[in-house]
Amino acid sequence: MSSNLSKPYGLLAEFHTAADIFEAAMRCRDAGFTKWDVYTPFPIHGMDEAMGLRKSPVGWFTFCGGFTGFFTGMTMIWYMNQFDYPLVVGGKPLFTPLFAFPVSYEMTILLSAFGTLFGMFFLNQLPRFHNPLFKNDRFKKSTDDRFFICIEAGDPRFGLEKTRAFLTEECHASVVESVED
Amino acid sequence: MANSAKSGAVHAPEPPAALVREPLVLNNRPLGWITDAIAGVCEKPTPVWWWPAFIISFGGMVTMFSLIAYLVSTGVGVWGLNQPADWAWDITNFVFWIGIGHAGTLISAVLFLLRQKWRTSVNRAAEAMTIFAVVCAGIFPVFHTGRVWFALLPGYLFPAPNANAIWPQFRSPLLWDVFAVSTYGTVSLLFWYVGLIPDLATLRDRAKGWLRRALYGIFSLGWTGSNRHWSNYEKAYLLLAGLSTPLVLSVHSIVSFDFAVSVVPGWHTTIFPPYFVAGAIFSGFGMVLTLLIPLRSLFKLHDVITLRHVELMCKVLLATGSIVGYAYGMEFFIAWYGGSPYELYAFKNRAFGPYWWSYWAMISCNVISPHFFWFKKLRTSVVFVWIVSIFVNIGMWFERFVIIVTSLHRDYLPSSWGYFTPSWVDVMTFVGSFGLFMTLFLLFIRFLPVIAISEVKGVTPQADPHHPLGGAKGHH
Repeated sequence: MSSNLSKPYGLLAEFHTAADIFEAAMRCRDAGFTKWDVYTPFPIHGMDEAMGLRKSPVGWFTFCGGFTGFFTGMTMIWYMNQFDYPLVVGGKPLFTPLFAFPVSYEMTILLSAFGTLFGMFFLNQLPRFHNPLFKNDRFKKSTDDRFFICIEAGDPRFGLEKTRAFLTEECHASVVESVED
Repeated sequence: MANSAKSGAVHAPEPPAALVREPLVLNNRPLGWITDAIAGVCEKPTPVWWWPAFIISFGGMVTMFSLIAYLVSTGVGVWGLNQPADWAWDITNFVFWIGIGHAGTLISAVLFLLRQKWRTSVNRAAEAMTIFAVVCAGIFPVFHTGRVWFALLPGYLFPAPNANAIWPQFRSPLLWDVFAVSTYGTVSLLFWYVGLIPDLATLRDRAKGWLRRALYGIFSLGWTGSNRHWSNYEKAYLLLAGLSTPLVLSVHSIVSFDFAVSVVPGWHTTIFPPYFVAGAIFSGFGMVLTLLIPLRSLFKLHDVITLRHVELMCKVLLATGSIVGYAYGMEFFIAWYGGSPYELYAFKNRAFGPYWWSYWAMISCNVISPHFFWFKKLRTSVVFVWIVSIFVNIGMWFERFVIIVTSLHRDYLPSSWGYFTPSWVDVMTFVGSFGLFMTLFLLFIRFLPVIAISEVKGVTPQADPHHPLGGAKGHH
């Protein structure tokens, strides 16, 4: 192990079944770790509670996008068709929210969707092309059929040997490896 | 039950065999098998049939773009359009293609909100179909304007003032349509891409060559499968599904406003929005079946796209086909009951006028053919289902043709009546649009996972930490 040469990023523990990682995640949560994560090929139902995560705030980004979209639509149509260049067409009113609604509705959805997507990217700090975990060959299986927990060295409760023992003995990980930064 | 009483277990008794749902992935395939089977489709060497299919499709696409160049350089007269039918195949094709897209969004968004887990095997291909159909749809209304640069320039479609400082006028449903279709295309693309990110990461991690690794790596954005990410991701996915649902309903409603807001007999109808939406879903599911039935046998994906999937989609065809049939009847009833002689004439003329053949083609394909699916034997015969799905596609094209052309060709003044006949450019542009659609679809199945890998894994019992197959050792 070359942990003397470069500082470790953390300890990576591998699991074979959904139940094992679920169990292990609850133990890590109860042990009070803060800088750790679970890596799975698909979202595991109930894992957020098992890890003790708060509810995702993506919805706020969606709301801000939608709010902006709706009022941009309404304001744009009022400005263009009533304020800047009033143009009578078919004797219809220059502006009512009724005919402005379909376009404003579409803009609500459009900007909500952008808000959701970029909100999710922002919260997840994606794209992120450099990740110490990618140096580990086993970790490639995290998008296939294996499950991983990584406890980062930056965690205040982290100790290389102590945490390794915790992951092997209490969490029953099949393999525990240290990952370098 | 006696056993559970004896052992004192607190869980409910096992349901009787008749009530146990068939598994979504057959033969208890492990998670790794799912990755190999689906990722294998785009990793193995190109299958032999792919090349002829691609070359034919590509030829169709080139034909279409050449004919569009001919149209732009010569004028819209190269299509058979003339007064009184100045909308014909162009807008028929537009509504046809945009309608096909709707099934993709229905499967990916509406069935997601309804917790229909079977959608996971078909949503990826259906969403791809949506995006490619919207691409095909967009071409027709853009180019039917002839001098496209005038239509796209500020003042008409794009919300900016033209040379006379006049803005687009938002009282026109045609402009609503521009916003609806472009929003639909964009949001469908975002939704599709969000769904692809974890699967692109799977392909990145399996990639052998540096080019594949780099490209899948870039587009998967460094996805790791972190649960902190999944948490935000799942919320975003749910929200996008929630946004796409009202969107898909609004898009075809707004498409129907193009007709319903006018005062043309046969178009000025309040039933249009729901009738168009049902028709769109009907046609889209027809196209999903047309594409997926060959796909599942060519790539041997029978364990993932099972007969149950085919059957469920047939039931959707039956339900939406019945709504469409009801709408046809109701239109006729209101034409009579409404008491407007022009309206009644428009409908009599549809069924018994010079375009009677298109009306009865529509009725036999859309009203009669879905009712075969009352029978389980027919729903589970894939060849039969595939043939009916083709009839659904044909019937729904005729529906739009009937609505557009039969309403326009005879208006209030008999001296201005006419008969629309398509030109060869009309025909070949439409045929070529299938080439464009299939070119995109064939590229999709070559380079991207045709089934949502992580989503299919998520609905297997192995994914459930409380299921014995997920490794659960008993009750805690």
